[in-house]
Amino acid sequence: MMSCKALAALLALAGMTLPVLGHAADDVASLRAELQALKNDYKTRVDALEQRITQLESAPVGALAEATPEPQPMPAQAPSGGMGGTGTAFNPAVSLILAGGYTHTSQDPQTWQIGGFIPSGGEVGPGERSFNLGESELTLSANVDPYFSAQMTAAFTPENEVEVEEAFFRTLALPSGFTAKGGRFFSGFGYLNEVHAHAWDFVDQPLAYQAFFGGQFKQEGVQVKWLAPTELFVELGAETGNGSEFPATRRNRNGFNGATLFAHVGGDVSDATSWRAGAAYLDQRADDRAFETVDEFGLPLTNAFTGKSRTWVVDAVLKWTPLGDPNRRQLKLQGEYMQRDETGLLAFDAEGSDLAGDYRSSQSGWYVQGVYQFLPRWRAGLRYDSLDDGSKRIALVDSGELPLSAFPALLPADPDRISIMLDWNPSEFSRLRAQWDWDDARGNDDRDRAFRLQYIYGIGAHGAHKY
Amino acid sequence: MCRFIRSTLAVLILAAALPAHAALKVLATTSDWGALVKEIGGDQVNVYVATSALQDVHRVDAKPSLVARARTADLVVATGAELEIGWLPVLIQESGNSRIQPGGPGYFEAASVLTLVEKPERFDRSLGDIHPQGNPHVQLDPRNIARVAKALTERLSQLDGAHAQEYQQRAKDFDTRWQAAIQRWESEAARLKGVPVVVMHRDQTYLCSWLGLNQVAAIEPKPGMPPTAGYLGQLVTKLSASPPRLIMLNAYNDPKAANWLSDRVHAPTVVLPFSVGGTPEAKDLFGLFDDTINRLLAVLK
Repeated sequence: MMSCKALAALLALAGMTLPVLGHAADDVASLRAELQALKNDYKTRVDALEQRITQLESAPVGALAEATPEPQPMPAQAPSGGMGGTGTAFNPAVSLILAGGYTHTSQDPQTWQIGGFIPSGGEVGPGERSFNLGESELTLSANVDPYFSAQMTAAFTPENEVEVEEAFFRTLALPSGFTAKGGRFFSGFGYLNEVHAHAWDFVDQPLAYQAFFGGQFKQEGVQVKWLAPTELFVELGAETGNGSEFPATRRNRNGFNGATLFAHVGGDVSDATSWRAGAAYLDQRADDRAFETVDEFGLPLTNAFTGKSRTWVVDAVLKWTPLGDPNRRQLKLQGEYMQRDETGLLAFDAEGSDLAGDYRSSQSGWYVQGVYQFLPRWRAGLRYDSLDDGSKRIALVDSGELPLSAFPALLPADPDRISIMLDWNPSEFSRLRAQWDWDDARGNDDRDRAFRLQYIYGIGAHGAHKY
Repeated sequence: MCRFIRSTLAVLILAAALPAHAALKVLATTSDWGALVKEIGGDQVNVYVATSALQDVHRVDAKPSLVARARTADLVVATGAELEIGWLPVLIQESGNSRIQPGGPGYFEAASVLTLVEKPERFDRSLGDIHPQGNPHVQLDPRNIARVAKALTERLSQLDGAHAQEYQQRAKDFDTRWQAAIQRWESEAARLKGVPVVVMHRDQTYLCSWLGLNQVAAIEPKPGMPPTAGYLGQLVTKLSASPPRLIMLNAYNDPKAANWLSDRVHAPTVVLPFSVGGTPEAKDLFGLFDDTINRLLAVLK
């Protein structure tokens, strides 16, 4: 019987030598592989030449120009710039998305707001009337080296500004199913948060995303994701950052602002039916998160929130593709539910009297939508949005110091909306869409009947879309 | 403490012994590459096929189940030439699997060892959804299968050196049977030479050029573009002068346009498996070509 020390020593030795042995075996294997690759390379070259000669011999003279392929070098492996060398030399893959359209609303879009909710200040609402240019998105992406890839999406706004929508690096070589991402990027929670505008199934985001995240949540930070080595898709992710966007704010402090945790699971029910579901929790802080409203006399008023903001998100997607080809027939059902608790201080007239008191709110919202591809090129969709402005405790109001009308954005409301869309997709690179909304987001009796036309064109690299 | 070390050692030894028995996990994008990997890999490989023959491999969703399969794969076998560009990059990126990144030994593209035809002279999408590297529907020329088999054998041997001998042996055996089958198919199909045919999409080009079928028209006006009524009308006029003998359709195609044309130009449509599993008879690669040729010959009787 070996002594304990000897066993320990053996264990240590094993720990040291195993990788070495592995390396030695690897070396032999890789030498053998190199030799084989060399042989193979010559073989394929000779084969190609032979094939060319046969083609030249057998092809009728007239057909030569068409039938003869260009002599090509035979790369043993794909270049690292992209899939199978689609990029030109080391140029990154470039794609440009152009979008725009026409908007008709029965109510003045200037008065649009989500009743009962603190304004998110994001890209929300139906937009301006008449013809509009949407954001033009320019995306560049490539592998940096064997360890990282990088991607940037710049949005050229109709106001002639350039915004960095996303700019991040991502790891390629972390072991055990981990990937890390850093920079500015859309957070990975929920289903729609990560989806770029050109891939949405409706012209705009659901009201819940507009109310809770100003459209989409992103910040400067880092993300780590882990994918389980199982047949069931199980993905866990964590993020943190500077909290630069609603509902958080930057705080002029070292360290980071809050954390986001998310999980997704997914799989197939049958050959035709696949699904994905997820849950997420965002714990964030806001310092002086100012929001502008108009008081009962029509004068501008700035209120501000300071405190903790915690959001739960639950999402689910189901796709039914009876013929296997999503461009022939597909039904896509999705829904998301969000619930947010905020506790802290609410300041009235932050730039004037600056009264502040305790504030506590618990609000929620959800949407469900279905999009059906009923013919090649044609899709129709139906979406229902609903928000619950929930319970709000405003100390300044409860104590009788101020009337509730001092916070017009927080007047009780019951926003909801119905949207119908129809789109025509002449190819994978173009889409023309019409959308009708019956929009009760304002929460009062002023229903907005909106009609929008939209075009989306993609040029450059062939995009690859997530589920 | 001693017990802990002893059990750790036992676990380590077990862990070291495990990979020797674990089969190489292969994610193949199509049933054809899946079948080929099985021919060469036998019991040493565990193949998962991402798509079925009834799907258009260019248009597939990056489903969560596929991302999960990419996570554990040791090798991805794809066609390449942008055929899978709409979804495979997402799988690889989302998989968190460094072994299957393009450029590494765990990523294999069939197109990288083949000479593709119909390489566009002009990269312009007004010509349809063209592939800059050439026509990627390479599997219907059995000589291409033989070339890919060789390269794939090398790749499997490189990844799983312990079973290299076995792969080489199986590959040799496959090649012998395959070359004999090619000769048989070529002699059986000799009377197809020069027969004028209409195809659906340019995905039967390799089959036509191998068998000498004369591809006179495509139902799709441009790659990836469904035909319009106007275009079909023109096609009828054009084909009335010299009618095709048959209209070739793939199992995954929508047969409507082909059937409409068939009635008007009085040529029968024939549904071909296109990939392994496309018809009940196309159970493996041999069945794929047996059935393709049988079906072509049956309509020409």
